[in-house]
Amino acid sequence: MKKINYILISILFSILFIILYFSLGNQRVYDTKDLIGKKISEVEINLFQSSGTINTKEFIKNEFTIINFWASWCGPCRKEHPNLVRLSKIKNLKIIGINFKDDKENAKSFLKENGNPFDILTEDKDGKNSVNFGVYGIPETILIDSELKILKKYIGPLNIKEVNEIRKIVKK
Amino acid sequence: MKNIINIIIIFFLITSSSYSNENLNNQILKNLRCLVCQGQTVQDSNSEFALIIKSVVKDKIKEGNNEKEIYKFLSEKYGDWILLNPPLKKNSYLLWFLPYLLFILGVIFLFFLLKKPKIRPKE
Amino acid sequence: MLSDLGTLFINGALLTSFSIIYFSFKELKISNNLVPKKIYKLSLFQLFFTISSFFVLLLAYIFSDFTLVNVYENSHTNKPLFYKISGTWGNHEGSLLLWINILVLFSSLFLFINKNRDKKFKILTLLFQNLLIIIFLVFLLSNSNPFSKLFPVPLEGLGLNPILQDPALAIHPPLLYVGFVGSSIYFSAALAALISKIDSQSLAISIKPWVLVSWFFQTVGILVGSIWAYYELGWGGFWFWDPVENSSLMPWFVMTALLHSILVLERRIGLYSWVIVLSILTFTMSVSGTFLVRSGILNSVHTFASDPSRGLFILSFLILMVFSSIFIFFKFAPNENKKYTIFSKESFIIANNWFMIFFLAVVLIGTLYPVFLDTITGSKISVGPPYYNLVLAPFLIPLLFLMTSGPNYKWVSNEAKSFFNIVLLLSIVFFIITFFIIEENSFLLNLILFFSIYLITQTLFDFYESSKKKNINISRIISHLGFGLLIFFIYVNHIFSIENNFNLKLGETKKMDNYTIKFNNLEQQSVKNYKSIVGYFNILDKKTSKSEELNPEIRIYDKPITITYEASIKSGLFSDTYLTMSNISDTDIFNIKFQVKPFMNFIWFSVLLLSSGGILNFFNRKKYEKN
Repeated sequence: MKKINYILISILFSILFIILYFSLGNQRVYDTKDLIGKKISEVEINLFQSSGTINTKEFIKNEFTIINFWASWCGPCRKEHPNLVRLSKIKNLKIIGINFKDDKENAKSFLKENGNPFDILTEDKDGKNSVNFGVYGIPETILIDSELKILKKYIGPLNIKEVNEIRKIVKK
Repeated sequence: MKNIINIIIIFFLITSSSYSNENLNNQILKNLRCLVCQGQTVQDSNSEFALIIKSVVKDKIKEGNNEKEIYKFLSEKYGDWILLNPPLKKNSYLLWFLPYLLFILGVIFLFFLLKKPKIRPKE
Repeated sequence: MLSDLGTLFINGALLTSFSIIYFSFKELKISNNLVPKKIYKLSLFQLFFTISSFFVLLLAYIFSDFTLVNVYENSHTNKPLFYKISGTWGNHEGSLLLWINILVLFSSLFLFINKNRDKKFKILTLLFQNLLIIIFLVFLLSNSNPFSKLFPVPLEGLGLNPILQDPALAIHPPLLYVGFVGSSIYFSAALAALISKIDSQSLAISIKPWVLVSWFFQTVGILVGSIWAYYELGWGGFWFWDPVENSSLMPWFVMTALLHSILVLERRIGLYSWVIVLSILTFTMSVSGTFLVRSGILNSVHTFASDPSRGLFILSFLILMVFSSIFIFFKFAPNENKKYTIFSKESFIIANNWFMIFFLAVVLIGTLYPVFLDTITGSKISVGPPYYNLVLAPFLIPLLFLMTSGPNYKWVSNEAKSFFNIVLLLSIVFFIITFFIIEENSFLLNLILFFSIYLITQTLFDFYESSKKKNINISRIISHLGFGLLIFFIYVNHIFSIENNFNLKLGETKKMDNYTIKFNNLEQQSVKNYKSIVGYFNILDKKTSKSEELNPEIRIYDKPITITYEASIKSGLFSDTYLTMSNISDTDIFNIKFQVKPFMNFIWFSVLLLSSGGILNFFNRKKYEKN
């Protein structure tokens, strides 16, 4: 009995420690792994230029769509902008920009200065719509297919590696 | 400036009309993790993210959604990570049941340890 | 200069620790009952070296000696002297040095106090304790040396995180460390007891004072931490079931269990092996807590700068410690075959232990489950306050009941008092009164309130009864009363708390059901190490038509640049008014959080009462031993 207890307890602790060891390198921060493969919700987004709206349902028409949250006041957005411009040259990929809690004039001059990669420009004035896309800080970029399924979600500015990754996915 | 005033006015109208929902609102916000802050709840945080979630929750309550529906909506958008009260699912069975299992094991263990009394004490 | 001196002292301490181990080993073979003077002297030297090294670091902080990396990273010349001093232990390296100081201090104290105990037991305890000391000294020197040098010497330091610049937080870590690290001495003693096979009473008497002292400091440490969270974090809560808080609570549960079990052991009724398991477990939980906090595998509001390499070291130490303890335990543990009578005092104590271990298990599961799930399956979930409240709260009811009835049973026999008595009747009356005041519908809450009232009434009654006789166990009564009051006030506070969030601009007034809040003025101030924006608010209580001025602040610290929100709290005897403000970016609107928190002072007081029972028992110890 004593021996069995001894072995059982030793095994239990060994398992505990092994898991703890593997937990060490793991960063316990939020990521979006859980969202991949889910459909984005069908919501209305306000257009930037006119007073109309566009429904995300309409993205079915596109083979691939990128939804990018940005603002003129956000530093990292400035950094990723050239990469969006690069992506805008891909034919079967449409880019939807959502201008997030921004001043309209600032946003306009931002695009004038850095180029406008967006096929459709929309806005999220009070930031509430961002919740529908699971956005928690900008810039964020969501890549969806024609079934509105999320293929990739990037938090933070897109880098060139990620641009190439998107290129690869879209080419298939 | 005008915009701000408008927003305030709208805001006051909202707060006054939703006062009865205040408790439900607080209750929900307390059970949400602020994703951009380290281990704070949405209720306790002043970050941009928390402010947006606060207003969205307020809207949802006004639209007549109940607590469960709001949790479900948010966990669909942000994953279970946002819920401080983990829902009973495949990935949380152990979390919810292990404590009770251990408690019962404790009872069994004590049962063997404690001798049954010869004379039952009068109650 | 100071850096070299510090390193010298640390190496001196390491050397003396090795010599103590060497001579202790030699002594084990000599069979007399006299610990040689040599070992006492070495122990004194060791104490001298470690305390000196700590003083050197303290001096380095006071004089802002930036040749030390540690001082450069955590201090600044502009900082008030008090925070320069507390800065010494406000970081990982310094706190590790403090940790070692306590290990050494307790080791020497144990040696000097227990002069009359069995030699083998003493020497073995010293041996284990010094192994711990060496391991931590090596950790300090190799990975986290507070005396590391910096070149070129900078003119100014980086400053201390302003959120840590708070009197409560300055004394919080030392208190908690005495608790947590103090448990090392009974860890060592327990292992030594197994090997030297000393009898149960000697074991109980030799570790009891240490358990009491560490329990007292742990309790007060947790209290100070809560008070800090209440004042500083600006959320109005005092316990968040945050991983860091949990890791201070976990050893507390085990210590509490141990505290009760020792009472049984003292009277040679049994539980020898169990007390040893608990002693080992307490220190294990302390080290695990440190591991969880310092390795960065949990994220929390109060995380120290974490570093995986530290985590690996502490984990390796933990593994070594646990497996050697298991090995020693199974090799040396005596066979116990005691049966206990139900409804005797010792079975109630066993029940107490069962609850404490259950609470420990819940907190441990809640803390570790998300980490394990993430590592194994990759899915991320959060476990927060609702989980703990839901799982733990129902179990408070039987615990409170056991605390009420348990102490009145006699040892060994099962003589029972009648169940229905005047106390129960009184409690029911009190409860009914409370019930009509609070108008709370939740059945569970009402049950908890009832049983806490029952416990309070019963302990007060016990106090009255026993004051007639001479044999008063005043410490038990005080602690149990403290616990009863704590639970009672926490739940009453929970029921009566008011919380309101709204946006306000300068000059506006917010009207609520019972309160009116006026935003009168906004002022900018410049203080030594920060700038602040102070809001002037007037709060009118419509019921009592009493008005109060509250001035919450937004502080911008310059070194390092950090923004903190300082709550303004008007603390009354029965109720606190709590106000925080934060600006909404790019607007002149302020988000105001207004809270009314009743009985906060009573909650703090209850914990003080709870802990003072422990310290009273410490001083009255001798008296009981004679009885």
